[in-house]
Amino acid sequence: MAIETLVLGAGQDIGKSCVVVTINGKRIMFDCGIDTRFFDSPTHRYPDFTLISPNRDFNSALSCIIITHFHLDHIGALAYFTEVCGYNGPIYMTYPTKALAPMMLEDNRKVMVDRLGEEELFSADQIAECMKKVIAVNLRQTIQVDEDLQIRAYYAGHVIGAAMFYAKVGDAEMVYTGDYNMTPDRHLGAAQIDRLRLDLLITESTYATTIRDSRYAREREFLKAVHKCVSSGGKVLIPTYALGRAQELCILLEDYWERMKLKVPIYFSAGLTIQANVYHKMLISWTSQKIKDRFSKHNAFDFKNVKKFERSMIDAPGPCVLFATPEKISSGFSLEVFKHWAVSENNLVSLPGYFVGETMGHKLTSNKQAKDDADTKIDIRCQVHQLAFSPHTDSKGIMDLVNFLSPKHVILVHGEKHKMATLKDKIHSELGIQCYDPANNETIYIPSTHYVNAETSDTFVRSCLKPNFTFQKCSSVDICNSTTIDKSLMPELQVEDERVAEGVLVVDKGKKAKVLHQDELLLMLGETKQDS
Amino acid sequence: MWQHNVICHLAMNKGISSSGLFTCLSKGGGFHFPPCHMLNFHGIRILVDCPLDLSALRAFSPVPTALDCLPVEVSYNTDGNRFLDSMIGPGKRQKIEKLLDAKSLLFAEPWYKTVNNLHLWNASFIDVVLISNPMGIMGLPFLTRMKGFSAKIYITEASARLGQLMMEDLVSMHGEFRQFYGREESNFPSWLRQEELEILPSELREIILGKDGVEFGSWMPLYSAADVKNCMLNIHSLNYAEEALYNGTLVIKAFSSGIEIGSCNWILNSPKGDIAYLSGSSFISGHAMPFDYRSLQGTGALIFSDFLSLTDAQDSDDGDNYSVPIADKLLPMSDQDLAGFDHSSEENLEDKKKLIFISSSAIDCVKQGGSVLIPIDRLGPILLLLEEMSTSLEASDMKVPVYIISSVADELLALLNIIPEWLCKQRQEKLFAGEPLFAHIKLLEERKIHVVPAIHSHELLTNWREPCIVFCPHWSLRMGPVVQLLRRWCGDPKSLLILEDVLNPLALLPFQPIAMNVLQCLFPSGIRLQKVQPLLKTLQPKTVLCPEELKLQINFSSDQSFSVLYYTEAETLKVPYRRDSSELKIATDLASQFYWKMFKKEEINVTKLKGELLMENSRHHLLLNNDNKTSLGSLIHRSLPDSEKLMAALSKMSISGVVRHDMGDAKSLVIDIQDPYKALIEIGLTSTTITTADQNVASSIYKIVDNILDGV
Ligand SMILES: [Zn+2]
Repeated sequence: MAIETLVLGAGQDIGKSCVVVTINGKRIMFDCGIDTRFFDSPTHRYPDFTLISPNRDFNSALSCIIITHFHLDHIGALAYFTEVCGYNGPIYMTYPTKALAPMMLEDNRKVMVDRLGEEELFSADQIAECMKKVIAVNLRQTIQVDEDLQIRAYYAGHVIGAAMFYAKVGDAEMVYTGDYNMTPDRHLGAAQIDRLRLDLLITESTYATTIRDSRYAREREFLKAVHKCVSSGGKVLIPTYALGRAQELCILLEDYWERMKLKVPIYFSAGLTIQANVYHKMLISWTSQKIKDRFSKHNAFDFKNVKKFERSMIDAPGPCVLFATPEKISSGFSLEVFKHWAVSENNLVSLPGYFVGETMGHKLTSNKQAKDDADTKIDIRCQVHQLAFSPHTDSKGIMDLVNFLSPKHVILVHGEKHKMATLKDKIHSELGIQCYDPANNETIYIPSTHYVNAETSDTFVRSCLKPNFTFQKCSSVDICNSTTIDKSLMPELQVEDERVAEGVLVVDKGKKAKVLHQDELLLMLGETKQDS
Repeated sequence: MWQHNVICHLAMNKGISSSGLFTCLSKGGGFHFPPCHMLNFHGIRILVDCPLDLSALRAFSPVPTALDCLPVEVSYNTDGNRFLDSMIGPGKRQKIEKLLDAKSLLFAEPWYKTVNNLHLWNASFIDVVLISNPMGIMGLPFLTRMKGFSAKIYITEASARLGQLMMEDLVSMHGEFRQFYGREESNFPSWLRQEELEILPSELREIILGKDGVEFGSWMPLYSAADVKNCMLNIHSLNYAEEALYNGTLVIKAFSSGIEIGSCNWILNSPKGDIAYLSGSSFISGHAMPFDYRSLQGTGALIFSDFLSLTDAQDSDDGDNYSVPIADKLLPMSDQDLAGFDHSSEENLEDKKKLIFISSSAIDCVKQGGSVLIPIDRLGPILLLLEEMSTSLEASDMKVPVYIISSVADELLALLNIIPEWLCKQRQEKLFAGEPLFAHIKLLEERKIHVVPAIHSHELLTNWREPCIVFCPHWSLRMGPVVQLLRRWCGDPKSLLILEDVLNPLALLPFQPIAMNVLQCLFPSGIRLQKVQPLLKTLQPKTVLCPEELKLQINFSSDQSFSVLYYTEAETLKVPYRRDSSELKIATDLASQFYWKMFKKEEINVTKLKGELLMENSRHHLLLNNDNKTSLGSLIHRSLPDSEKLMAALSKMSISGVVRHDMGDAKSLVIDIQDPYKALIEIGLTSTTITTADQNVASSIYKIVDNILDGV
């Protein structure tokens, strides 16, 4: 038996996560993302679904789709896949993901239509239709997709509702992590999973080689930069997604504003993010323990200092902090504001630290010296602060998770090619686990666990319930092998308890294997002797 | 090497039995007092629910007021009673049984009635407690504070949070009595004395002693807030359908039962078989996630423990003078298929009609200038009524204040908006649409309802306007804000009391004579009798355990697909839950290393087993014994035994030695035994080895170590 992993996206790259795993005849699609860097090219934008089924019969080709979280690079192609490609099988995601995904999908659809002016690939109604097909799941809930396929979600941190998914078919078991965070942040807890007996772990590797220091110090850096800017009358632009980081940073700022008694206004760019807070308030049980404990006194998503931002306020005088979408300042409102504010050295733009590819944010972070952007011709003079904390685990966290789960095989996705190669070698050399980093559209085959089922006799089961000592003479060779025992003290006898040692596996011709107690076997052999 | 993950569950299964034992401790009584059972499953002793019979509070008088009817007889001496004495002077003892009136109620700090049969069990022998709904937790602090109690408690997270609020509210309301009567001086209340009981009216005596007159021992003084807190620290909360693994052998799963948010039925799975526990359940619900019956299919045994329909059917026959009863008509029997259970739209419609009727009655009452009092009973109908009423009020364009008075209302209402995972489908759709899950969130924001912790809250005093509509606890009408408001309005023929239950004759006793209108309305819950048989046919268990009462109601004999055993209180039944055979799963990589021996004549191949035996998800697995990684796959977490305990146990047997610290890590415990013989004990997280020169010595040390490990 083999597990077949076809990587349709996020292979040696970040963007359009989509991995199709075939286990014992069941086929699961994990994530169905879009690559937001390639708006202009549909072939690059979406995973190549034809590799799943050349005749595009996706309903018979797939057992189910599992979406790990609401980020576009994990869910952006879902409505396209269901409404345009025609998949209508089961789709699973957590309650918060199901609640928040439509907002992300609709936001993205608008950006695409605005930017490309292209014919809509799918409509707002189609997004709603797609979401109707989604089955919402709770953490740790064991779901029987069909008779043979069992799945379960585990808390992943990262963004609200993000989950790692466990899947089991027959004796084969695997986990697909999606994006995760091994350390808690302002609003979410750290990823949590049981020890499982896995054949395969597919993990993200955004920070394959980075080890981050204390989050606390990084948060202080951010707050200091913001405080310095607003206290000298500057404006701070924080481009974010509508969901996730906006809430996290806002909790951080609210807290700081209260402590420092600041009166400078904090704005949210559109009704979009305010609406997101309404969802967050109902989804408190998916946030960090601290927020959960305090919710009845104060719901952390009731932001006291936050106000709505109007377009007319862009050139208004005075300091402020503005959260604007989208996160990548390549289009939309955040770009519009950026064009106005970037020209002053008093202002500050705060960028997340995990950009790859050709966006304005990337240009700013990778090449701070050349601040003149040829495409948009902005004279960029503002300060740039790169947020050094991220909702992704760092390399140490990945190693910890791999070590904790100790799967038989690891596949790395969602990272940068050369860094993934380094991590792959590390996992192999330090943990002794076979590791792969396939490129897009590559398939990896690994063997899967298989058990032989044997009926057990009552006598054997009962004997397993009792300790079964064996007394062994220790040879000097044994003593030498023992690293913990002082040899001079070493007596000659060892007691061990090997409970299964009295068991005997019997395969009768043409019958099912059976486990007997050794006494029973003797009886059985005795009987046949008498019979003959 | 012996593997701890094996030892740990095996060693604790002493006294293993081949079939389960089931004892019904109490059939309970209605929604607030669910049944309570003891189950011995595969050697694991499981208590199902630990409720309180809060209806027994009716034997007590509410906290008296100066104007109240006062008892003639006062035979105890507390501050409260000294106050009473000063008012009326101590009365004379009468040895004749009194007729029941308000004066015959017990004027004392109430005690609480627990499940009587539970006291016959040693709490320290219980291994697992399953709490099926928020009502089932109400008596738990009595257990968790007992010495020696160490059971693992499983409850859904939603039930735990609701249950905690209910217990905290109870403790807070009970405070009124404490304040009035003062701290009790003796730890045995005078009303429990034989001579006092003898002269009580028979109705009260039956509440206190039960029908058989033996429930004397079930009365307990209330636990404290600290006991509740401690109890909550000891619970293990579960999500919907989460698999909890007890002791490596028992998989426990909770599926919604539909009668309340977080309420559940259980599936217990062990290598020897499985059992479904079916508590009070409801196919439809206006607030909670409904009964998930599909997940209970195909078990070896099913314990049917839904008494809700049984009690409802009996009680609704009682007529009452005050009531404007709305008949609970049982649906005509129809062929029930799988889908049939889900489309109980008629029931839904019936409930909706009742809600509309109640809220229009309430509005009529307010129009006449009367106030409406609604004791908080079951959460579901209350929430629906609140929604219905505010819609009607809005439509009628009336400005009537609506108050919710309770020490925990604030927290409760906030909590209800953050557990969408346990709500019915219509409410979950609200989450996905970004709307509040219940109307009260919006009403609170618009300040259309006022939530205050107590009747003397400043906010209430400054806002109070009559006529008004008030929701408040407690449904027993003996404690909480409801007492004061009833006293205020009971003489007003324009006011209205809405009871969401059939009226107990004792309930209104302290408030007689009553001029106010009383509307009682029953919202039936539980599986209707007609649906029991089709349901069981659908679930297809091999054996069903049914309460004896069902024997008369349902004729199972025509049905051959499952066998039926009838149970009655305090009687132990054997439960046949066995699978036909148990299986061992042998990893192929291990199997490929077996050395096979062929017995030609018998045409069989034989090999001796080796490897690591492991219990996982209630299945036996045999895996390749790979010392470097053995512990990683194990789901059983163990810690090392306390070295001091071990040394003490050894020295008890006059064995002395020293713990070696030079190993320097927390992963193993090494002890050199020097006297009376030389030996070495090494206890690691994955293995234990005893090394010595003599077999007898080894086995005696083994026993000691095994004992200590047992307790880890
Ligand atoms: Zn992400």
